[in-house]
Amino acid sequence: MQTFLVFLSGLVFGIGLIISGMSNPAKVINFLDIAGTWDPSLAFVMLGAIPVAFVGFRFIEKQGQTAFNEPLHLPGTKSVNRSLVVGGFVFGAGWAIAGFCPGPALVAMGAGYGKALLFVVAMIGGMLVHDHVYKRMIKEPQLA
Amino acid sequence: MIGLATVMLMCFKGRVAGISGVIGSLMQVRNAPPGHFSWRIAFILGLVLSSAIYGLFAVVPASQIDASYGLIVLAGLLVGFGTRMGSGCTSGHAVCGLSRLSVRSIAATFSFMASGFVTAYIVFHVLGVA
Repeated sequence: MQTFLVFLSGLVFGIGLIISGMSNPAKVINFLDIAGTWDPSLAFVMLGAIPVAFVGFRFIEKQGQTAFNEPLHLPGTKSVNRSLVVGGFVFGAGWAIAGFCPGPALVAMGAGYGKALLFVVAMIGGMLVHDHVYKRMIKEPQLA
Repeated sequence: MIGLATVMLMCFKGRVAGISGVIGSLMQVRNAPPGHFSWRIAFILGLVLSSAIYGLFAVVPASQIDASYGLIVLAGLLVGFGTRMGSGCTSGHAVCGLSRLSVRSIAATFSFMASGFVTAYIVFHVLGVA
C-alpha cells in the first residue's frame, strides 16, 4: 500500500510536469532564453508549487512522522559550499542546452522519445562519473 | 500538482522529492540498506508511466526536442554530474528546498537558474545553435 502511494506521488508529479509544459524542452528553453521569444510562464509553475509544498511540509514536519508512523528523512546539511554552487552551474548549463532536467526527461522517456532516453542514459553516466571517478580524484592527495 | 506530489511523498515516505537524488541513490548498489530500492523504483515508475496514464484520459502534449544527438549526450552528462555535485536539481532544490526555506537550496537554485539563463544566451545567440 505504501509503495503504491509512493508510485502515485511519482505519477502526480509526472502529470504535473506534463500539464505545466515542463516536459516539453522547447518550452523550457523558451523560458531560459530571455533574448529569444521569452515565455516566462514556467516561473509561475515553480511559484505555484512552492506555497503548496510550504504549507504541506509545515504540517507534516509538525506531525514529525509520516502517515505510516515512520520518521522523516529531512536533509540536514546547512552549509553552502563550493561544490553546491559549482554543481548548480554545471547542471544549469546542461538544462539550458537540452531543455531537460531529470524529472521531465523521465516523463518524456516514458512517452517514447528516443532523445529523452538517450538523455537519461547520459545523465546516469554523468552521475556515475561524479560518484566513481570525480569523487575518487578529489580524494587523491595532490601531486606536488 | 507538483507541489501536491512533493507533499504526498513527504507524507507517505518522509522523503524529499528530489528526482536527481532518487535516481542517483538507485545507482548506489553496494551495501544498500533494506528498503533502499523499492520506494525509489516506485516513485520513478510513477514518473515514467505518467505520460501513458495521462494518455488514457487526454491527448499528451508533444515534447519538442530540438537539440542534436551530440548535444543531448553532452547535456545529459552535465545534468547528471552537476546534480550529483550540487546535491539536487529543480525538484529537490527549487521546489522542496525553497519551500523548506533551506539556505543551501536558495543558493543552488540561484546558481542553476543563473547558469541556465547565461548558457541559453551563449548557446542560442552567441554560438547560434538553432
